[in-house]
Amino acid sequence: MTVASIRAESRWRTWYATFLILYRNKRAFVGFLILLAFLLMAIVGPYLVPLDMSARYAERYLPPSWEHPLGTDFVGRDTFALIVHGSRDVLSIAFLAALFTVGIALAVGMVAGLQGGLVDAVLMLLTNTVLTIPKFPVMLVFATVFRVKDPFSLALILSVWAWGGLARAVRSQILSLKEREFIEAARVMGLGLPHIVVRELLPNIMPYVAINFLYIMKDAITASVGLMFLGIIPFSATNWGMMLNLATQQSGAIYIPQGLYYALAPMVAIILFQLGALFFAHGLDEVLNPRLRS
Amino acid sequence: MAVLKRIAVALVTLFFVTTLTFFVVRNTPGDALQVWALEIVQTYGISMEDAMKQVRAMYGYDPDEPVLSQYIRYVKGLARGNLGTSILYKSSVNEIVFQALPWTVFILSTSLVLSFSIGALLGMAIAWKRKTVLDPIITGYAAITGATPDYITALILLIIFAINLKWFPLKGAYDPAVKPGFTWEFIKSVLYHGVLPIAAYTFENTAAWALAMKGSAVSVLGEDYIMAAWARGLKERRIMTRYMGRNAMLPLVTGLAIAFGSMMGGSVLIETIFNYPGIGWFFNQAVARRDYGLMQGLFFLTAAAVILANLIADLLYTRLDPRIRLEE
Repeated sequence: MTVASIRAESRWRTWYATFLILYRNKRAFVGFLILLAFLLMAIVGPYLVPLDMSARYAERYLPPSWEHPLGTDFVGRDTFALIVHGSRDVLSIAFLAALFTVGIALAVGMVAGLQGGLVDAVLMLLTNTVLTIPKFPVMLVFATVFRVKDPFSLALILSVWAWGGLARAVRSQILSLKEREFIEAARVMGLGLPHIVVRELLPNIMPYVAINFLYIMKDAITASVGLMFLGIIPFSATNWGMMLNLATQQSGAIYIPQGLYYALAPMVAIILFQLGALFFAHGLDEVLNPRLRS
Repeated sequence: MAVLKRIAVALVTLFFVTTLTFFVVRNTPGDALQVWALEIVQTYGISMEDAMKQVRAMYGYDPDEPVLSQYIRYVKGLARGNLGTSILYKSSVNEIVFQALPWTVFILSTSLVLSFSIGALLGMAIAWKRKTVLDPIITGYAAITGATPDYITALILLIIFAINLKWFPLKGAYDPAVKPGFTWEFIKSVLYHGVLPIAAYTFENTAAWALAMKGSAVSVLGEDYIMAAWARGLKERRIMTRYMGRNAMLPLVTGLAIAFGSMMGGSVLIETIFNYPGIGWFFNQAVARRDYGLMQGLFFLTAAAVILANLIADLLYTRLDPRIRLEE
């Protein structure tokens, strides 16, 4: 056997062991399945479920049936198709936002932890500010002033005020890691800062960051749907937040009994996704923190 | 000395936020002012130029003034307690805050007290007696509220109790037919209108308090003084409330400020959903109608309130727990 194949096999074993722990943890496995379903819905769903945006007033507010699994909206469009097409939008915004947020948090936390001194003090004051001031009003002001028109800039706005908690946690992990022997050893060996950061420090905080990625995505969905619900960033009619906005404020669907299926669909979708993310993140926490396993 | 340091950090934070909002919002009021000026032209029949001059004077905005002097004027105004001018309501932001703030304070403080005390009691109960049915129920409840954004809780409450069952009103802070005053009728109306917003916040936050309290109480239960209390033969009730409860509650005090901040942030959505005329409702109006003056003023108010709450919680915590000294 070559070294490469042994390495590949041990890597495969690690993945398999991780999967087994996840599988045994009921809640985490349910979360995993929910997230997988949403992922499939966002990636292949739009190809399988055609979306017809034309208005057919005769078919408005139909109850669920074989033809329309979740009924129809206020102009007779299929609610299920709207949810499926919206999921791609919602998830990609949340994913991008989490990517940006984690990027900022890693940069701030690592620089503060490694550099120390004045840089650390200033960065932590900034982090403290971000943590103190509630993020929703900040995002609201940014979204209003900069008139968001595409998912990319929305994701930026969602991450601008969301990195505080993770940055602080990364900093404290770096502070404790940099005193450990293996970092000392790498320093003595003269391996240089880039090597220490990329090969020694990052792998050690990655599990923690991965769990937080999920939490941040969950929060990004809450925030983006909230902003859309208020009608500030109307760029996609199928986004769940926009659906909520249309159902509650524009069409008044929540005020009539027939409109209830349509109004509830995006709410249930959001709650289900969030539940999946929470369960899966808790499960990952247990996998990656053996101390939590009972 | 340490107290002074905390106050200094709070002031620096406030200053930083003020500066940030000034520069973020500064570039934009042009179009909003134009709309306002156009309105004046139509109602008073004066020329656009004069109207623009008038509007700029009222709003305190001069495009030819250097940015730095605009900024200094803005900060000076804030220091004097002047929150700015609303274009939409054609009044000072202070006047709007004067009307709206009591409602937000009423809803938030009631919800905070309710969710904290219910949550703390539940948390104490599940920490004290493990392996009861209450524990999994609260864990499940926490998962549900953790997954449901507060505005969706609010929407669901609105749909069930206001629209379909018609038990509670759809909007307002009190019945307009009732004359405001210190009468039983008015208080009843205020409470009746406050039920749903308070219920939304309380439902959303109670489980988190219960879990926080449970975690804190479990660690307190391992302390020697609990053992000593048992050894002295104290009554179970006394140990639970005086020894475990009081000490377990301490670390939660700082959480109060954080909860207040997130509730204040969420008030834009909650108050809009219940059409409740507090700070959050006006914030949404400002955003929807692009009233930058009002938006800036209300944002400053929100930030200042949250920073103050954090400062109070910090100082209170060190006062309550002598083990934590404000060192450094």
